[in-house]
Amino acid sequence: MGKKITIEPVTRVEGHGKVTIHLDNQGNVTRTRLHIVEFRGFERFVQGRPYWEAPVLVQRLCGICPVSHHLAAAKALDVIVGAGTGDGLTPTGEKMRRLMHYGQMFQSHALHFFHLASPDLLFGIDSDPLMRNIIGVALKHKDLAVQGVMMRKYGQEIIKATAGKKIHGTGAIPGGINKNLTIEERDAFLHGADPLNIDKMIEWSQAAVDFFKDYHQQNQSMIDNFAAFPSSHLSLVRKDGALDLYHGVLRAVDAEGKKILDDVDYQEYTKYINEEVRSWSYMKFPYLYHLGKENGWYRVGPLARLNTADFIPTPLAQREFELFKAYTNGKPNNMSMHMHWARLIEILHAAEMMKELLNDPDLQGDDLVTKGTKQNEGVGVIEAPRGTLFHHYRINDKDQIEMANLIVSTTNNNEPMNRAVNKVAVDYMTGQKEITEGMMNAVEVAIRAYDPCLSCATHALGQMPLEITLYDANNNLIDRKRT
Amino acid sequence: MSTLIKFTIDGVECMAEAGTYIVEAARENGIYIPTLCNIRGVKPRGSCRICSVKVNGRPMTSCTTPVADGMEIENNTPEINDIRKAIIEALFVEGNHFCPACEKSGCCELQALAYRFKMMVPRFPYNFPRKEVDASSPKLIKDHNRCILCKRCIRAIKTEDGKNVFAFVKRGRNVRIIMDPVLGEQMSDELAQKAVEICPVGALLPREKGYQTPIGKRKYDLEPIGSDIEKK
Repeated sequence: MGKKITIEPVTRVEGHGKVTIHLDNQGNVTRTRLHIVEFRGFERFVQGRPYWEAPVLVQRLCGICPVSHHLAAAKALDVIVGAGTGDGLTPTGEKMRRLMHYGQMFQSHALHFFHLASPDLLFGIDSDPLMRNIIGVALKHKDLAVQGVMMRKYGQEIIKATAGKKIHGTGAIPGGINKNLTIEERDAFLHGADPLNIDKMIEWSQAAVDFFKDYHQQNQSMIDNFAAFPSSHLSLVRKDGALDLYHGVLRAVDAEGKKILDDVDYQEYTKYINEEVRSWSYMKFPYLYHLGKENGWYRVGPLARLNTADFIPTPLAQREFELFKAYTNGKPNNMSMHMHWARLIEILHAAEMMKELLNDPDLQGDDLVTKGTKQNEGVGVIEAPRGTLFHHYRINDKDQIEMANLIVSTTNNNEPMNRAVNKVAVDYMTGQKEITEGMMNAVEVAIRAYDPCLSCATHALGQMPLEITLYDANNNLIDRKRT
Repeated sequence: MSTLIKFTIDGVECMAEAGTYIVEAARENGIYIPTLCNIRGVKPRGSCRICSVKVNGRPMTSCTTPVADGMEIENNTPEINDIRKAIIEALFVEGNHFCPACEKSGCCELQALAYRFKMMVPRFPYNFPRKEVDASSPKLIKDHNRCILCKRCIRAIKTEDGKNVFAFVKRGRNVRIIMDPVLGEQMSDELAQKAVEICPVGALLPREKGYQTPIGKRKYDLEPIGSDIEKK
């Protein structure tokens, strides 16, 4: 008799999700789905609000990376107020926003690696769940836990100094920024007492990359094969192909590295990207128009960014990038667990970028805002920690938002996460009569690699519980386990 | 010639000129009595009741009651403060006040009073009224969700020849402010700015401006409302 397994809620991710796995009479996996079971409605209730409220209002989608939404919305409104895209801002305006963004990237990646992902790596996927959490990490690997906390703190302080608050600030306004960085703030970040200074952050970031490389050497088979599958990859890249997390053009490559989208101005994203709705999830499925629903799906996030970019414009991260690329002989890396490696290289890049920006006197400038000829529509795209984030607004002639469309990073990863769940379910559960906690966690580890923010992706409220239920071929409940 | 009279507020001896409203007399003596509808220099109305005190044991609005010799005024007592807090809570539930995304956050008198009186959750159920954003004026945006109907704009914003720019329409729960369509359109930028500033909440918004003061530098970011009076 066939079975249906449900994992609900998925844990150590941001937001609510559940997984269902159907097995046939022989115990073969016949269908898997990652369901996102929360609904938010931001696109609807911003309608009618004055447009300048969008960056402050829409960032409430998320408490983990609100800066990404804050900045993506502000970038869209830059277009509306006639400040153009990217380089249209004053140097102080753009660089303050960049500092905010790299601070955000730094703290969010640190949160994910140290708090959410490291328990699986340090203790093992099927280890005792009582230890397999951040408290366990703090007990057994105190130094690592402290680093995670302090790196988050540093990033959050950067956000506070640029946005006004650590969570849900107001710094970015249409056409620029509302403050500069004082000399005192700058000096505290550059030369603060250990560990809260930029050199220590760079040192710890490098150590985190080295930690992963060592772990990879010792666990090569698992890291290379777990939830690995070929896919396309999409991200922003700088015009010259450099990794740029704040601004650029859209580029996508296929599993072999062939460019399937290049040098695309994101103002025209609707020509290239469409979203499919499926009845069993509140999260949409984006795909590249010209490749169709079946083949047009792609991955976003740290792995995708290192697959699309030609180089990283900071020296330490570039050195790690070269090692990363060499591992796949320059071809795109399609191994899901290498997402962690890519994420840590990005932490290092973010730390280097923060140092570069902090040493830039433009941050102390007074020319904060640019405006030009008003437009009624604008698109803002940014590389959020979890991937490419699209904000699109249209306003009426009374300055009210008439239409809003958000394609959130995790939404872009919907199909890939479903593929990853399928791969792990097939690998771990085929022919098994009983679901062990370790099997359930393996499915979660695959999802966790994408660092999904399910709340953002459905534009949710509540807790984040993973439940797996097992159904037979007639849909009778056989077993249910919650984590 | 002015006559100084003596009175007490919460047992503290105070002095003020005869005829001074209690709220002003308290201010002159370094004592803060909260206000919302009151505007210094404009005839008081006593409509919001947040400034209620007990005068010789009787509840009175301090913005409309002049001090008299020998008055015993109760201001900062648990009973009176709870009444004030209840008024603040009632104002919150009667509108749609979403401070997190409001342009006035940090400079809003209603929000500042809620912080000062430590409002956590209102004791009344939320009404969630259906209200609109009126963006038809070229000078100002009116967000009726945030309006507390204090009449400050009606009483303080007048044209050079003394005409009212704002007025109330409808009655009861449907009452709302409107702008005279002609006078509203002709209003100078300065007068529009004054209207924005006179509004204690974020109901009157300037066009294409918002969040220009960074968090940390807004009016009530560092000290509770009323601290300036208490420091004197």
